[in-house]
Amino acid sequence: MKAIDTLQRSYTRKFLIKNTASYNIFVIASLAFILLFFIALSISVGSSSIPLAKTFSVLFGEDVVSKEFQIISYVRIPRTLAAVLAGCALSMSGLILQTVLNNSLAGPSIIGVNSGAGLFTTLIIALFPAYFAFMPIAAFIGALLATLLVYFIAKTTGASRLTIVLAGAAVSSFIGAMTDTILTVWPDTAISRTSFVIGGLSGVTMDALRLPGILIFVSFMAAMIFSYDMNVLSLGDETARSLGLNVARYRFLFIVLSSLFAGSAISFAGLLGFIGLIVPHASRFIVGYDNRMLVPVTSLLGSVFALVCDILARTLFAPYEVPVGIIMSFLGGPFFIFLLLNHRRRLISD
Amino acid sequence: MIRLKDVTAGYKGVEVIKNINIVFKKGSITSIIGKNGSGKTTLLKTASKLLKPYSGDIFLNDESIYNIPGKQMAKKISFLPQIRNIPNISVYNLVIHGRFPYLGFPRIPRDEDKAKVEHALEKLEVKRFRDKNVAELSGGQRQKVYIAMILAQDTEYIFLDEPTTFLDINHHLEILEIIKELKNMGKAVIMVLHDLNSALSYSDKICIMDRGELVAYGSPQAVYSSGEIERIFNVKCDKVYIEGKSQSQYVFSI
Repeated sequence: MKAIDTLQRSYTRKFLIKNTASYNIFVIASLAFILLFFIALSISVGSSSIPLAKTFSVLFGEDVVSKEFQIISYVRIPRTLAAVLAGCALSMSGLILQTVLNNSLAGPSIIGVNSGAGLFTTLIIALFPAYFAFMPIAAFIGALLATLLVYFIAKTTGASRLTIVLAGAAVSSFIGAMTDTILTVWPDTAISRTSFVIGGLSGVTMDALRLPGILIFVSFMAAMIFSYDMNVLSLGDETARSLGLNVARYRFLFIVLSSLFAGSAISFAGLLGFIGLIVPHASRFIVGYDNRMLVPVTSLLGSVFALVCDILARTLFAPYEVPVGIIMSFLGGPFFIFLLLNHRRRLISD
Repeated sequence: MIRLKDVTAGYKGVEVIKNINIVFKKGSITSIIGKNGSGKTTLLKTASKLLKPYSGDIFLNDESIYNIPGKQMAKKISFLPQIRNIPNISVYNLVIHGRFPYLGFPRIPRDEDKAKVEHALEKLEVKRFRDKNVAELSGGQRQKVYIAMILAQDTEYIFLDEPTTFLDINHHLEILEIIKELKNMGKAVIMVLHDLNSALSYSDKICIMDRGELVAYGSPQAVYSSGEIERIFNVKCDKVYIEGKSQSQYVFSI
């Protein structure tokens, strides 16, 4: 725990000086450019590769009949959009959780958010298949309930950083058992379950993205608006309160936002782990700790990361496809270890 | 002025302070002293609205503080807790948080806010650290930066929980001199202090807490003469005059 703390501190030690307005603009502009590049790449590559020129003629409405048009409109665009949305949403969920719980180990997959969303989506599949369209709402409610439960347990037991992680593990495991029970009783739901657990973006339709897209957009705007309040909250409860911030109300608001982000993404992408933990850390590495910068940077970086993973998932073993969740863990794990090792000397000296 | 009327407060149903009646006036320093667990911090938190009392009321200029909304309160009363998160932000960004109560949406500081921050940085002599990470500062420097934040908050009443604990003697005295300046600016400083000599030599009023009750309240001289310090802390206390120094000092022995 101390090691991660020290790691966080050393980010800013190294990068704070760079953190001028022009540096910030440069970072956001570069990430936006990189994101656009990967969006274009994501639309043009896949099991049948479409030349970039053709891609653009479809995108600009010059071609509305060809086979490529069909592929791009009904497969590639929804999929690309899904990666952008899921990457942004899960990373934002992680950023908010880490900030408001003041816990660098928090992430939607660790705190029990994912399992809560998972249980509720499984319930919808098993019991109310007709209400399939309400999956994002169900996932949001599940995520919110799980987060509040974990937060409540940690708070009543005296919220140490470790307690929250342990409570998250306990709640996750309990909720996981409930989900498994449903799967045993309604075995038909198991098919969609496997891809749901690993997380994947294949077969996503525009229809499935509409509601999550709106929710993610609204949550993102709210996170931008309240990013300064997030800074104040991270000073600690008492300091924040004496500065006039209604801590309980804002913490609840942020937990709701974080659940909205996670629930929305999980409803169409399944349980993509890890991204919510590592992208916020990587963003702090780039821009430091000011949430006014972290919100846009984490969103962009999360989208880029998810897109890169998805492109790899589709192309590495083409024509076979690897679920994107597996690629994320393969890339994310070593990256996180690299971050830790890179600061090895400081970790020891501190 | 802040007036506590029959205030009883605590945590999880346990009464930590009982029937407290006290007044804090502007332009004065009040030190709360007492043994560990006597309710000093609880009194501080209750008076600054961080802790809701079980019974009794607290008035700011005859208005109950429970009728004053959070941000309005934060323009009148500031509180510096003893245990804080150490944020990973620059000194400037920390100090500007002191202006939070004055910011509307979208939380963009006005020229006035920036001027107050510059003034606070200058006053506390921490301007040279402005771009440094708060986490990198020494304990004494960090305390000064936090007091700069409180100064930027520009409140009439300032509550400080053990502002000099863990500081070396130089920073300890420096902080006390700053507190004296805050008083000269017309502010009320109410603080918990463990160092009895500092409390007696720097304060206008001393308030002794024992087992949740206010057992003595008055000028340092009056409290010293009452013998309560010797009784509560179970020590012998002597006032000594040092040649060439205007301030008298207090020495303690068993």
